[in-house]
Amino acid sequence: MDLKTHYLGLELKHPIVASASPISQQFDGIRRLEDSGAAAIVMFSLFEEQIRFEAESHDFFDHTSSNSFAESLSFFPNMDDFEAGPDEYLDLIRRAKRSVEIPIIASLNACTPDGWSEYALKLQQAGADAIELNPYFIPSYTQSSMDVEKQYEDMVAAVRRAVVIPISVKLPPYFSSMGYTAKRLVDAGANGLVLFNRLYQPDFDMERQDVRPSLELSHSGEIRLPLLWIANLYGNINGSLAGTTGVHRGHDVAKYILAGADVAMTTSSLLKNGTGHLAVLMAEFVEWANRHGYRSVEQMKGSMSKKHVLNPAAFDRANYVKVLQSYLPKHLVG
Amino acid sequence: MSKVLDAPTAIDLEIATIDGNEAAAYVAYRVNDVCSIYPITPSSTMAELADQWASEGKTNIWGEVPDVIEMQSEAGAAGTVHGALQAGSLTTTFTASQGLLLMIPNMYKIAGELTPCVIHVAARSIATQGLSIFGDHQDVMAARSTGFAQLASGSVQEAHDLALIAQAATLESRLPFIHFFDGFRTSHEVNKLVMLSDEQIRAMINEDLVIAQRKRSLNPDAPFIRGTAQNPDVYFQSRETVNPFYARCPEIVEKAMDQFGQLTGRYYKLFEYFGSKTADRVIIIMGSGAETVRETCDYLNARGENVGVIQVHLFRPFAADRLLAAIPTTAKSIAVLDRTKEPGASGEPLYADVVNAYFEASEETGSMPRIIAGRYGLSSKEFNPGMVKAVFDELSAAKPKRHFTLGIIDDVAGTSLDFDRDLDIEPNDVHRAIFYGLGADGTVGANKNTIKIIGEDPKFYAQGYFLYDSKKSGSQTVSHLRFGPRPIRSPYLIKNAQFVACHQFNFIDRTDILRLAAPGGTFLLNSPYGPDEVWDQLPEIMQHQILNKKLRFFVIDASQVARAVGMGNRTNTIMQTCFFAISGVLPAEEAIGKIKKAIKKTYGKKGEEIVRKNFEAVDQTVANLFEVKVPADATSVRQLLDPVAAGAPEFVQRVTARIIAGDGDNIPVGDLPIDGTYPSGTSKWEKRNIAEFIPEWDPELCIQCGNCSLVCPHGVIRTRLFNKETLAEAPAGFASAPIEAKGFPDTRYTLQVYAQDCTGCTLCVDACPVRDRRQADRRAINMIPKDPEKVTVGTAHNDFFESIPVNNRSSIDFSTVRGAQFLEPLFEFSGACAGCGETPYLKLLSQLFGDRMLVANATGCSSIYGGNLPTTPWSVNSEGRGPAWSNSLFEDNAEFGLGMRVASDRHRASAERLLKKLADRIGTSLVDDLISAPQRIESDIRKQRERVAVLKLILKDVPGTEAQLLLAVADSLVRRSVWIVGGDGWAYDIGSGGLDHVLASGRNVNVLVMDTEVYSNTGGQASKSTPMAAVAKFANGGKQVNKKDLALQAIAYGNVYVARIAMGANPQQTVTAFREAEAYDGPSIILAYSHCIAHGINMEKGLEQQQLAVHSGYWPLLRYNPEVKPSGENPFILDSARPTRKFRDFSDNELRFRMLKQTNPKAVESMMASAQSGIDHRWHLYEEMAQES
Repeated sequence: MDLKTHYLGLELKHPIVASASPISQQFDGIRRLEDSGAAAIVMFSLFEEQIRFEAESHDFFDHTSSNSFAESLSFFPNMDDFEAGPDEYLDLIRRAKRSVEIPIIASLNACTPDGWSEYALKLQQAGADAIELNPYFIPSYTQSSMDVEKQYEDMVAAVRRAVVIPISVKLPPYFSSMGYTAKRLVDAGANGLVLFNRLYQPDFDMERQDVRPSLELSHSGEIRLPLLWIANLYGNINGSLAGTTGVHRGHDVAKYILAGADVAMTTSSLLKNGTGHLAVLMAEFVEWANRHGYRSVEQMKGSMSKKHVLNPAAFDRANYVKVLQSYLPKHLVG
Repeated sequence: MSKVLDAPTAIDLEIATIDGNEAAAYVAYRVNDVCSIYPITPSSTMAELADQWASEGKTNIWGEVPDVIEMQSEAGAAGTVHGALQAGSLTTTFTASQGLLLMIPNMYKIAGELTPCVIHVAARSIATQGLSIFGDHQDVMAARSTGFAQLASGSVQEAHDLALIAQAATLESRLPFIHFFDGFRTSHEVNKLVMLSDEQIRAMINEDLVIAQRKRSLNPDAPFIRGTAQNPDVYFQSRETVNPFYARCPEIVEKAMDQFGQLTGRYYKLFEYFGSKTADRVIIIMGSGAETVRETCDYLNARGENVGVIQVHLFRPFAADRLLAAIPTTAKSIAVLDRTKEPGASGEPLYADVVNAYFEASEETGSMPRIIAGRYGLSSKEFNPGMVKAVFDELSAAKPKRHFTLGIIDDVAGTSLDFDRDLDIEPNDVHRAIFYGLGADGTVGANKNTIKIIGEDPKFYAQGYFLYDSKKSGSQTVSHLRFGPRPIRSPYLIKNAQFVACHQFNFIDRTDILRLAAPGGTFLLNSPYGPDEVWDQLPEIMQHQILNKKLRFFVIDASQVARAVGMGNRTNTIMQTCFFAISGVLPAEEAIGKIKKAIKKTYGKKGEEIVRKNFEAVDQTVANLFEVKVPADATSVRQLLDPVAAGAPEFVQRVTARIIAGDGDNIPVGDLPIDGTYPSGTSKWEKRNIAEFIPEWDPELCIQCGNCSLVCPHGVIRTRLFNKETLAEAPAGFASAPIEAKGFPDTRYTLQVYAQDCTGCTLCVDACPVRDRRQADRRAINMIPKDPEKVTVGTAHNDFFESIPVNNRSSIDFSTVRGAQFLEPLFEFSGACAGCGETPYLKLLSQLFGDRMLVANATGCSSIYGGNLPTTPWSVNSEGRGPAWSNSLFEDNAEFGLGMRVASDRHRASAERLLKKLADRIGTSLVDDLISAPQRIESDIRKQRERVAVLKLILKDVPGTEAQLLLAVADSLVRRSVWIVGGDGWAYDIGSGGLDHVLASGRNVNVLVMDTEVYSNTGGQASKSTPMAAVAKFANGGKQVNKKDLALQAIAYGNVYVARIAMGANPQQTVTAFREAEAYDGPSIILAYSHCIAHGINMEKGLEQQQLAVHSGYWPLLRYNPEVKPSGENPFILDSARPTRKFRDFSDNELRFRMLKQTNPKAVESMMASAQSGIDHRWHLYEEMAQES
């Protein structure tokens, strides 16, 4: 079977990509991902906010604890030469590019208009093959849905102006009109979309009665929302599609490809099972594809998209009805 | 200005605006292979810079990175210096004060072996009746007999230049040198200077002499022995072998100075004369004071006087012939000024040498001038032109004082000279500015920046000197800045400032801010009131000053501008911009441009956002700066606040209040204690009012757990139980609640906040376990804005609270946190950092045992917030009892405390002997009880106190010396609790040997180590307690090895009680450990995790960090109690649960660990992994120990 696929204009040897995770925070992790067979690696996210936080916290301590008392005019080594910036991240990309064969896709989470373009350019200069934009913000009460969409569009346009390498956008699933937004983002210069971003949802600490950041690994059941939209978008936008979230077995990969994704991305399964799980995913995917007579990934791509299924309405409201019915207790069905 | 080392060319190096420490360290680093270092104020900066440069890979003139190594003490540093020298390296060290004293034994060796080296000293006072971190020459004078040559610098430029001259001379003369300059006055003065280029440095260092030093080194390929033991037959003669070297040394130094002059154009002499060539009066002086005398001579000579000054550079070897040759023969009378005191001597050292020089010469000349001697400037006491003039006037007197003092009022021995306090000799083209700021408001930082900005302008010279008060929270800073067209040689405080800025509005009611404003000058006030309202908000004295001095008056609401541009409460850039906009030092537009350039340079690397905010702040400043139309008349009747609260004791009113008010310089000798003894419990009279937000108690929500009171670092939260009838007399609004316990229907509970003493740290809120069920962010204690009304009402409540009887110690169960809150804190209102992690432990200690406690306090943070004048937090209870506190040194604290134990035990033994001897007069039953009654619990102790009281009454009527002797030691019949307290710098490093010995002594001492894991007091240098991967000064690339496990070391003795505690994680374990340690009749040591500003944490989160430290296994809680051994129990108890968090969960919240990414990015992962694995390993070990049966 020909496993090759094209994502963001990059040719990949197969459609299983390691998505942003702590594994890629270290060079050894990047090497392990390649050795384990990842077709490409999306790096962990470079957070502009984190960089600014570091800069501001240095500045804060420098400001609040210095020059107050004659014996201790400062408390830390002189950090005048400290440059708040993504050096560490960029170094990792440079090192990865020197050492691994597979494409390295940088991931960027900026929080200011300048931040998007400034850091994207640095990522390109460091050698990233592509950039995945990973916006994350909770809109304010004064922002309309149009404002929010415009903000995404401006972000893509700004980065597009700054770099020539492919860019993708990792989207949250909460747009009022996902299809329209997706098209506008592609029109603004995105080469592809990644569906979906699992936004951090904090939890309550019941003992301290406090809010705590919390992140749980995904499970297979979460595949359905991105699957729905990939199947919907396939053939309707002029860009790549990546399915992320819920890829734990080979048939999860197959589902995404069938829906129309160019690649399936996984994090949780690797964090849970180790990078060696990539080989399991691949074997299961190939076994399924062979069993069902597919000769290539390209052939599979979108074969179950909205355009190509017998019952496209299943992706629309009818599907909603079907889902509800499927949840009825057996003794009530029929 | 560490940038100077980065500069690529000699031209770039030419001018810099740096302080004396950096000026000296720059050269020292360039010309040495090894720097053996240890922190001590005010020299620490030199060591820090050397360490930093080495960590950055900066090289010396031979292209090598010097080996910079931190030692455990100055004694250790000196030993390493000696060893490195013997092994052939060019080696230096930096020190001051007690540090230099610790080096003296090695210095004799180094000099005796004719070993070239230079020790750079920021000269400082020595601890005598009190410690002082400030500058004088007592330390270098104490080292003058070591055989080291001594070369004195008097300015920042000289500290740079003579550092090199000393190095050149040591290599040629083979005599080791102390190169010294005045601590703080020179070490911390920022001034513009010409930097030496590498070519110039190289030209001064003769490589043949470097090779000679290498060749003299220990070398197994050409072995010899050095350091023999010698007998009476040859020791004496051997000692005399070095004489020719000392004889040659002055000439060698002269030669080096001449060569230096040719290379740089800056010529020096051993004894430099300035002034009239026919002077009839001459002052001889060394150090920065010489600059003041020189300026004053110019001023006086221009007004018809005929005076001069000799600046001594080379003090040892003392070249008498050069001195005499330098002084005009017309000099009829000479005053020698020493910045030191040698009690009991015929005169101070420089005076004695000068007299001797003239005396020996008089055999040929047949005459001697009149020579008088003065002491000046001890502990950085101001030395200014008025004092210089007083000396010259005294020299003209018919019968001058032979030995006098300057700058003080000596009403006891009558030594002091009166002087003109208003004499101002500064020319008008020197622009002088004074800024009053708060320690944390960035004023000093901004001013240092201003000096650099203006100093970079070739048309200007700039100087800055900064004063800090002795508090670590809410401290006031005063910046003295000068800008002028000539090099500024005025090492004294400004008397008349053309520009005065007050960056904190509340200062105007505490200080006469405009006392030093020059007539016609400009006053800038950061004020919440606008130009039309502010006048009515000023105190009377300020209005008068503005009117009388015809000041221009500007206001800005900097806090509002800062908030508007998103800079929170950071007002430094705004106030700096105001200075540039209205001071007239530079044209306003040009100045604003320079500020923006500086902002870009400072913050550019930190992100555009910060730059943008600062730019906006600059622009908004100009728009919000207003000149006040000053009314014709003063309208205010408001007076400055009294420095101490009403009702303060006589001593506090007479002495302490004057120190607080900034008038300490004018306190006469006769008003001060003769032996360093000061009253306890004085901090409560100093109402500092520094918090903007204060806690408010909600009696309805409160469960009366005592946590808030326990963790309060400043002792401002007090609780008491009382009968409800007491409320009848309570002022309105006095809050209380029924006690949360059954069976006490008439008892009420109150919790009081001492708002005027609070620092607003919020730890109390964080410690509160209660949540309002309607609002999860609300607790039983919450922060509210402090306003004058609340303070007035709160003070009335506090007064009433204090009228409620203190709860009886015997009836309180203080084995629990809940119970301990009712014990009176005898450590209160310290000036420690807001939210300090150490002081809650001391406060608890004082509550539990304070009324019978002796405290030996190692030098460090705790001795400063505990014992730095003007006030002390160590207090007394309602019976007049309280902790008896003393500080000896940094290095000897364990031994010092052991001495207290030994003395206490001796007193008790003596008392028992005398009791037995006088039993028939006292009564056998009482004697038996006094000797044998148990004193384990509080009620036992109360009974023993009553017995002692009876004994004293009886003894009053017993005649004879023995009864009097018994009376003198009778108090020691009550069990004394000896506590040896200090930080990790003491316990892990400098005092480690002594601590080990004391623990091994088996005596009943209690050691409390408040472990901040760095030298906090001197600014965050690494100690052996610093954990793996933490960045600290002297560990720029992260600490490479694990922290020493002092608990395990102590446990190894088997008979030492050991506890590791963290109050924020488990307050009950803390209380238990304190009580067990104290009850144990043997040595005990408690290691107390103390969060610290030096960790780079938000101090409001200190307790949370303590919890994370424990839950991650970073700081396992444990107790090792040998007392349970006989019953077969395992003495090792692990009080923490198995770690549930990772080290990173803890470390990611602290800048000290996060910085590693910047300082050592390649090693971050491996070091963090090693740190985690060390934690895991230790945990497993502890678990195994805890499981042993």
